[in-house]
Amino acid sequence: MSTQADAAQHMDAGAAHEEPNYIAVFIYLAILTGAELGVYALGFPTPIKIGLLVALAMAKAVLVALYFMHLAVENKTLWVIAGTPLVIVTFAYFMLCPDLSHRAWAHTPENQTVGIRPAGE
Amino acid sequence: MSEAVALNSHGHGPAEIDQTEPSLTPGNSGKLGMWIFLAGDAMTFGCGIAAYGALRFRNVNWPDPAHWLGINTTAIMTFILICSSVTMVEALSGIQHGNQSKFRNFMGLTVLGGIAFLGMQAMEWHHLIGEEGLSIRTSLFSATFFILTGFHGLHVTGGVIYNGVLWIRGLMGKLPQSKANLVEIAGLYWHFVDLVWILIFTFVYLI
Repeated sequence: MSTQADAAQHMDAGAAHEEPNYIAVFIYLAILTGAELGVYALGFPTPIKIGLLVALAMAKAVLVALYFMHLAVENKTLWVIAGTPLVIVTFAYFMLCPDLSHRAWAHTPENQTVGIRPAGE
Repeated sequence: MSEAVALNSHGHGPAEIDQTEPSLTPGNSGKLGMWIFLAGDAMTFGCGIAAYGALRFRNVNWPDPAHWLGINTTAIMTFILICSSVTMVEALSGIQHGNQSKFRNFMGLTVLGGIAFLGMQAMEWHHLIGEEGLSIRTSLFSATFFILTGFHGLHVTGGVIYNGVLWIRGLMGKLPQSKANLVEIAGLYWHFVDLVWILIFTFVYLI
């Protein structure tokens, strides 16, 4: 009984939450995607290129999470559930790097054949 | 044993035990379940991408992705997936407001976007495997590429089926406004798939 009342109340609340302007979010996402392609095409030095691309990708991911997945209007504790993987993955990356960079099998030989087409073409 | 039987607020018992803590997602425990599932899935994808990055780190002979992968085609695929996220959220808005026509139209477009993405992904794989001679055993580059994009493609396939079932139920008139939470839960999954592709596109194709 209380669950049904909660469901009805939540549905009303869900519909009553002012909906974000989805088209505006889409335009921002399209602009950020264009910016990523621009950074890629302009040929910045590698560290700058990586930094810019990661920042743009994170901005897009945050927009999708906040407005399409409605995290902006959800209980803040849900942000902990959503944000925990990012912490764990960042930790995993920095823990893996020193290990894998010293493994012989993880390094591509200079003359390794990747596919049919030679790398220079 | 008797202590386990709770009394309700009027002092009469036995009765159902009142919740002592409010739910994170009141009236929609399925949504919380999906968030928890997505958190686990995010760790799977995240560790795959982290491993990719760690393998590429200081690997001076890593093949140039631009030489093997079609950036323009993939940019269009990314745009299609972003558009499908917009149509998904509009479909949800439609059913939340009782607009069945809006739900059906936008959900159909979402399914179409997913199918288009998969079709273009299949074309890319066909080109790489059939024409360029790459395979999962060729090199670390090709192995990580096929595993990451293949795993993501499986998720997109699942999402297309998931959304397709809801769309068909909507077409048959079996998805009333009171069931809008089902669409919301599906929407969470679909937006997650889009979010992961945003990261894969950046880390695998552009960097």
